[in-house]
Amino acid sequence: MKAIIATTIFGIIMMFTGIWVSNKKTLATLAVLLFAILTGVSIWDLVTTPANAPQLLFSNMLRMEHYSLWFNTLMTAVTFLYALLMGKEIQKVGAHVAEYFALIFFILCGAYILSSYNNMLMLFIGIEILSIPQYILAGSDKRNLKSSEASLKYFLMGAFSTGILLMGITLLYGAARTFNIMEMVSVLHSDSLDPLALAGILFIMIALSFKVSAAPMHMWTPDVYDGSPTPFTAFMATVVKAVAFFAFLRLFQVSFNSLSSHWTIVLAVITAATLLVGNVTAVFQQSVKRMLAYSSIAQAGFMLFAVLAVNMWAWQGIIIYAVAYSVATIGIFSVLVKLKDYTYDGFNGLAQKEPLLAFVTTIFLFSLAGIPLTGGFMAKYYVLLAVVQQGQLMWLVIFALLMAAISVYYYFRVIIAMYFKPGNPELNNPVTPGDKLMLIITCIIVILLGIFPQLLINNI
Amino acid sequence: MILILLILIPLLSGILSFAVKGEGAKALALISSMLTLAVSAYVSGANYTAPIAYSHDWIHVLGSQFSLMGDGMSSMLCLLTGIVVLVVMIVNVNKDVEKPGAFYGFLLLSQAGLMGVFLAYDALVFYMFWELALIPVYFLCSKWGGEKRIPVTFKFFIYTFVGSLMMLAGLIYLSMQTQGMSSYSWNDIVRAGSSLSPDKQVWLFCLIFIAFAIKMPIFPFHTWQPDIYEQSPTPVTIILSALMVKMGLFAILRWLLPVLPAGVAYWSDTVVILSVIGIVYASCIAIVQTDLKRLVAYSSIAHMGLMCAVAFGHSNVGMHGVMVQMFNHGINITGMWLMVSMIENRWGTRDMTKLGGMATAAPQMAIALVIISLANIALPLTNGFIGEFMLYNGLFNGSGILIMAVAGLGIILGAVYTLNMIQKAAYGQVTAMAIKKDLSMNEYLGVGIIIILILFLGVYPKPLLDLTAGIASMIVR
Repeated sequence: MKAIIATTIFGIIMMFTGIWVSNKKTLATLAVLLFAILTGVSIWDLVTTPANAPQLLFSNMLRMEHYSLWFNTLMTAVTFLYALLMGKEIQKVGAHVAEYFALIFFILCGAYILSSYNNMLMLFIGIEILSIPQYILAGSDKRNLKSSEASLKYFLMGAFSTGILLMGITLLYGAARTFNIMEMVSVLHSDSLDPLALAGILFIMIALSFKVSAAPMHMWTPDVYDGSPTPFTAFMATVVKAVAFFAFLRLFQVSFNSLSSHWTIVLAVITAATLLVGNVTAVFQQSVKRMLAYSSIAQAGFMLFAVLAVNMWAWQGIIIYAVAYSVATIGIFSVLVKLKDYTYDGFNGLAQKEPLLAFVTTIFLFSLAGIPLTGGFMAKYYVLLAVVQQGQLMWLVIFALLMAAISVYYYFRVIIAMYFKPGNPELNNPVTPGDKLMLIITCIIVILLGIFPQLLINNI
Repeated sequence: MILILLILIPLLSGILSFAVKGEGAKALALISSMLTLAVSAYVSGANYTAPIAYSHDWIHVLGSQFSLMGDGMSSMLCLLTGIVVLVVMIVNVNKDVEKPGAFYGFLLLSQAGLMGVFLAYDALVFYMFWELALIPVYFLCSKWGGEKRIPVTFKFFIYTFVGSLMMLAGLIYLSMQTQGMSSYSWNDIVRAGSSLSPDKQVWLFCLIFIAFAIKMPIFPFHTWQPDIYEQSPTPVTIILSALMVKMGLFAILRWLLPVLPAGVAYWSDTVVILSVIGIVYASCIAIVQTDLKRLVAYSSIAHMGLMCAVAFGHSNVGMHGVMVQMFNHGINITGMWLMVSMIENRWGTRDMTKLGGMATAAPQMAIALVIISLANIALPLTNGFIGEFMLYNGLFNGSGILIMAVAGLGIILGAVYTLNMIQKAAYGQVTAMAIKKDLSMNEYLGVGIIIILILFLGVYPKPLLDLTAGIASMIVR
């Protein structure tokens, strides 16, 4: 509650500061400061909410459980880390630095709503608050045609999927006569399911699959991620996506859990398709940025495992996955923006020129590939555990592991370029000690999550 | 607590080594590997009274404990790791490598991974170290290897990674079957696995076995091996062939045979037949090789095939032989690679057709080559003999005369290619050497350790037999 208010106010503060302050550096520093305060506020929210007594707000529209507040805190902290790593690059995107940060604050507001909605309308509002700032951020590099294309494409596809979501909600309302996701459980029964409800569930599933870029609703992702300014791609591909997954899981866990026999197979096929498309297409990319776009589709396939499993492990899995994946991906993007050339060849010889950059990138790639002792391994491990626990989908687990092996191919190509190929990569500007320190901290977080994943889940 | 030192010493000195420049790295590696060897000798020694175990809470929610176990089999392999790594370090003292800090750092890290694999008594810990042992080797081969190193190493990495992931799926499934909360401890996994219905065990076997089969490697999963042995720098080849392939066999003995008895019973004939095909096939290919490295690589496939066939043969003597032979093969193959690298260093080639006259030009080297080669084909009074004798005995008891006869071809073919190699390399016309030098001081020491072990264990194998006796009969039961 406090965090929702705080992030809205901070967003407005940022916007108005932009009118009077024109120094980009001051603005970025202010934003980082506000992100730090916001992290504090979400921790305050967390500790003042008792573990077993969820807060009901706005006449039951929001239901703040302990774990959703914990998720909020983690996502805010990741955003804080993102601002520290990317602050300098965001300043370079264009003239309206204050607005960029303001939009990120608004995205967080949508994230807070999505992690604790208790009503279909709040789901819709949350998704809109989350998405609209992103359309603007995607097009913020105004003079770049690809950026404008990304923005328009994202907007059209987003609007389209929102339409489908609304249709699904309507159909579901027709069957359940309520928007409240808790009450829906007692109305919808697996053995006598209204076809209207089933259609509604499928529509909602498809709309949410759009948001998390699951195949075959992923078509917008590569172009949007590739066209958007790199610092914003990093944010869209991580925090925003993780939040969308949390919302996805929340709805299917709370409302549709007992109906899982009706939708599991559809979602399993979507998951398999996502894994296949993401991993196989990523292999053929020449640009690392585009590879990361496809890799984010592939990773979405793994996160869908949590939604498929709908059990206790799934919550833990999605939280670990969200953090581990976001931190590693933001880390890689923050190295990527420092390079002039985004192709694989642009990484040639990085290990000679900047050993530290090459080393941390290697650790981040290990994490994405799921090598033990990195957060990514534990994340994959938990979501796989969740599905194995559920028991029905062993074929999908094995398929996913084969796909994970493919992912090693394209992640390791970057490592091969950095370490084993000669070259002299051009950097946009020299790497400062501050950058190095932040990258080392990020790297330590990734490794720490791989050794002690319980840090993230002990208190839920 | 002492067990954790076996992992920590190489791990920390490995990390430290990256920061050290030049000669310091060599000294650090040497000291570290001596310390590790001392600790592993102590751990092995302790087994004659009672095995050492260690356990610490790790990921409680998953039911995973950081538990290590230094029983006879584990401590024997740790001892082997200690010896082999030390020999590698000794022999490399006077050799220059590019970026020694990183090179020795990776070597020590892979040693830490290996120790972890051999000691792990918790499935998740085991899996972690299984992967960790691989990564340093990936960097070692890709950075310091031969011409075609990058694609070859990549193939190797992806190949083994696929296997590991399959094993991961199997282990997760097993941990879910444990009583109460999920657990990964060896005892719980064994209990859960062996109480599963046979048809479940049959497909779980496939998932888990594939990782070990790729690692060993047994036919037809062996295609990565000759290439990577050929392309790797010699120290890495030694780590790979003397130690890493043992990971596969060790894992079968610890994490497969006791865990899925019904699955093993269902598949054992298939595995035995594949292994025996591998023995004959690899031996035949070894005969026609002219490159020394490829020859030794194929001979290693043949030897591993024999051990694997016996491991699935359900016989007490055989199982005991497998353990003893794991150690002996590690020692002998290290010796073989040392000789190959010395020959390459002196003559500038590994092509047997261009070699000759070592007995005249470098008599000490020739003597060493002959002793090590004879141990490799298991001549009596060398360490290879006792192990191989037990293996064939086990094969006879467990799988019958036919299998044993076919596998026995391996001995004959082994003698053919090994004697052929000795003949071509050591005798005949003296060919031009790039460096005219017999064994140097440190090579003397390294090869000396190997030869002493070969002869000592050939005459008096009792310590080794006693160390592993209890474990062998436990696994067979």
